[in-house]
Amino acid sequence: MKIARSVALSAAVLVLGLTTACSGGTATPAGSTAASSAAGSSSAAAGDNKIVLYSGRNEKLVQPLIDQFESKTGIDVEVRYGNTSQMAAQILEEGDKSPADLFLAQDAGALGAVSSKGLFKDLDSKTLDLVPEKYRDAENQWVGVTGRTRVLAYNPDMIKEADLPKTVEELNDPKYKGKVGVAPTNASFQSFITAMRVLQGDAAAEKYLSDLAANSPEIREGNGEIVKDIDAGKIPFGLVNHYYVYEIAGEKGVEYTDMKVKNYIFPEGNIGALVNVSGAGIMKTTKDDEAQQLLDYFLSMDGQKYFAEKTFEYPLIDGAPTPAGMPKLEDIKTPDVDLNKLEDLETTISMITSAGLA
Amino acid sequence: MRRHPVLATLAYVAVIVALIPLGYLLVRTAEYPLADLFDELLTPRVGKLISTSLMLTGIVTVACLALGVFLAVLVMRSRVWGRKALGVAAALPLAIPSYVAAFGWKSLTDLVTTGQTFQGFWAAVLVMTLVTYPYVYLPVCAALRDIDPSTEEAGRSLGDSRWRVFRRITLPQAAPAIASGGLLAALYTLSDFGAVSILRVDTFTRAIFTSFNVGFDRLGAISLSTTLLLLTALIFIVEGRFRKTSTRYARLGPGARRRHGIMRLKKWTPFFSILGWLIPLVAVGGILIALVAWSLQGVSRPGGMEELGSAFLGSALAAALASLATTVLAVPLGLYIAGSRSKVARALERLVYLAHSLPGVVIGLSVVYLGITVITGLYQTMWLLVLAYAALFLPLALGPIVSSAGMISESVNESAHSLGSAPLQVFRRVTLPLALPGIASGALTVLLTAVKELPATLMLRPTGFETLATRLWTHTGVNAYAAAAPFAALLVILAIVPTWLLVTRVLREDGGERRRRTEKIAAPDDSASLGLNPSDLTEAKKQ
Repeated sequence: MKIARSVALSAAVLVLGLTTACSGGTATPAGSTAASSAAGSSSAAAGDNKIVLYSGRNEKLVQPLIDQFESKTGIDVEVRYGNTSQMAAQILEEGDKSPADLFLAQDAGALGAVSSKGLFKDLDSKTLDLVPEKYRDAENQWVGVTGRTRVLAYNPDMIKEADLPKTVEELNDPKYKGKVGVAPTNASFQSFITAMRVLQGDAAAEKYLSDLAANSPEIREGNGEIVKDIDAGKIPFGLVNHYYVYEIAGEKGVEYTDMKVKNYIFPEGNIGALVNVSGAGIMKTTKDDEAQQLLDYFLSMDGQKYFAEKTFEYPLIDGAPTPAGMPKLEDIKTPDVDLNKLEDLETTISMITSAGLA
Repeated sequence: MRRHPVLATLAYVAVIVALIPLGYLLVRTAEYPLADLFDELLTPRVGKLISTSLMLTGIVTVACLALGVFLAVLVMRSRVWGRKALGVAAALPLAIPSYVAAFGWKSLTDLVTTGQTFQGFWAAVLVMTLVTYPYVYLPVCAALRDIDPSTEEAGRSLGDSRWRVFRRITLPQAAPAIASGGLLAALYTLSDFGAVSILRVDTFTRAIFTSFNVGFDRLGAISLSTTLLLLTALIFIVEGRFRKTSTRYARLGPGARRRHGIMRLKKWTPFFSILGWLIPLVAVGGILIALVAWSLQGVSRPGGMEELGSAFLGSALAAALASLATTVLAVPLGLYIAGSRSKVARALERLVYLAHSLPGVVIGLSVVYLGITVITGLYQTMWLLVLAYAALFLPLALGPIVSSAGMISESVNESAHSLGSAPLQVFRRVTLPLALPGIASGALTVLLTAVKELPATLMLRPTGFETLATRLWTHTGVNAYAAAAPFAALLVILAIVPTWLLVTRVLREDGGERRRRTEKIAAPDDSASLGLNPSDLTEAKKQ
């Protein structure tokens, strides 16, 4: 009886589905420290020792630190991982009903978008004062957690350090035609262009982009691909953030010093040496201070050391170590850009696309 | 039966689920002044996005139709080498997510060439075609199986050549399946983000993602999404014209079970066999090589069996629930549409398909909105994730149900009615069994598509819930490709199970089987053999 068999099969599938559904509702998904409740739909109530962190930063980079925090404080941190921008869009959609207590974002722009909708609460000065003024929000809505600097990654076999351009604009010289790797659809490139607009005006940024496009750059989707290609000798140099060389070295299983690709920081306070931050803000809706405790932990010496040593980002508090092989943050001549003004990515994107780079 | 109020109600429920994303867009669009929307849309860039998207969709769809129909005919109607194995292999690319395929091809070409990067429009055409053609191949296989051989034989007996019979009789009967397969391929291409993003082709979906990604710019994303819906409507017009030319053939009366005519390829057998095998070999083999290369080049490793296991179970669970929920919604709607030739039914079907062109991130946001404003208790639970899956995948389940239910002769239902069976009984004893192959195909297609889904899953999953796709995303996000490789491989392996079930269902040649069932149902004397309780029948008569 074929029909009976089909029915039995469907029934089996159904039963399987339902039983697993039930267990899914109650069991903790293994391999994750996050939380038992699948239905953690509302903000943690006061004093329940539980918070929800929306992390726009990768789990691999953040979870070990969260684990440390949990075991030290006994506070249970439920982390939702996602892409920084999609997570910002989600928080904006959730508005004041967001289950999140704390939002950790990969860049200042996303934090700006959330704070401009009034979803963050004011941070107290004790927290803010840990971090230099240029790496936090002027309105006290968010604070930087780590710094990342723009660099020109290069392959010394293909070009000597002395021959590298002194400014990001010089890269558009015809002699570098077809040699520079860029990732125009990547958020880090876009913040860099936004910073250029803030500092030098829209016209300068537009000219920069069209000059760049005219110089036939090697376009990649992400910074990692650029660094890999430089390391492999396919491109002599490219515009990326400083920590990708460590990430790719880690994946290849070698010391960063053994990589062909090296970081070069534009020396003259040029916009190419922009230091951007990852940062965090506390949601207005949070009912307790565990979120504050987690943020404090990010900014504690333990937390900051973790970032410097494990993710090779710049700590922002006084006295914390510098990532290996990088100059001190104070020694980098950074352009004087107000990170609070990096919100207007829309105009930047339309400039990038109309220049034909994306 | 087909106008039964319960059926109609359930059908409308399904439509409502599918319309959640459209409703969201409407609500959101209304929040912005019309002038802003027009400013956003009337730009050269949007024009370029439209032309790129349409070109990509058009070329990929045509290529999918060619590959899909070619392979289906080869597998169902010829004696190529390893016919059954090819039948399974040809569907396997369905198990590969477009982002894995795109990245796989790219990293593969990076291994063999230096400097030259595999990207751009034609790279996207190639990758998209190779992962999308099974959406055409499978329904066409099913249609070729279901076509009554007697119509083809009649053509032969009138002296037509095999080719002419194929063209004049077989193809028109398969046309609805070809059209719905083509439509799925087109919508899939239009809404795909992974491949176009990795291969750097600026399509609508990519622009929508970019809007969200960098500007958190919902106005831009929403206005672009609305335009994407208009593009989809355009595709419907094309598909509608194609479908209009199709003819419905219903089986009339019982017939002896016969096999379909088999084309003899003779000396062309090696040529067509190699050609047929080449397609899945290239599509699947390339990716497998790439995954091995990822593992060998890197030192990162996933966090042990526990991480792999929980992601595997998570994927299986989410996909099983998605498949279950979507099928439960799709069955009444499918039967309703198949049973009613009215304009309303056609419109409902199209509405359901319309939402399918939206990228997952828009559907994800719309369900976030729903979860936050309307059904607040369910936010970030499995239920809401499953709801989003249902909204995303309803057309995948609907297509096969409509086409298999459409093949049920009206006279079968009518005779069951005239024999005094109550509507529900006709449904249970006649309609459902006959539509079952379609329902099963739909359910399996949803199952394997849900395994691959990423953006809506990221947004809506319960906190801490992991699937293979989310894990893959986590590892690739920090360039840990070696750690990602096992997840990609498991994902493909997990998706192979439903693919295999799907194909073996389709390839089973039981064209005659269903007819015999029909006979039995029509003859009440035989009811005992179906396990029908005689008291049921008496009760039914009283109603």
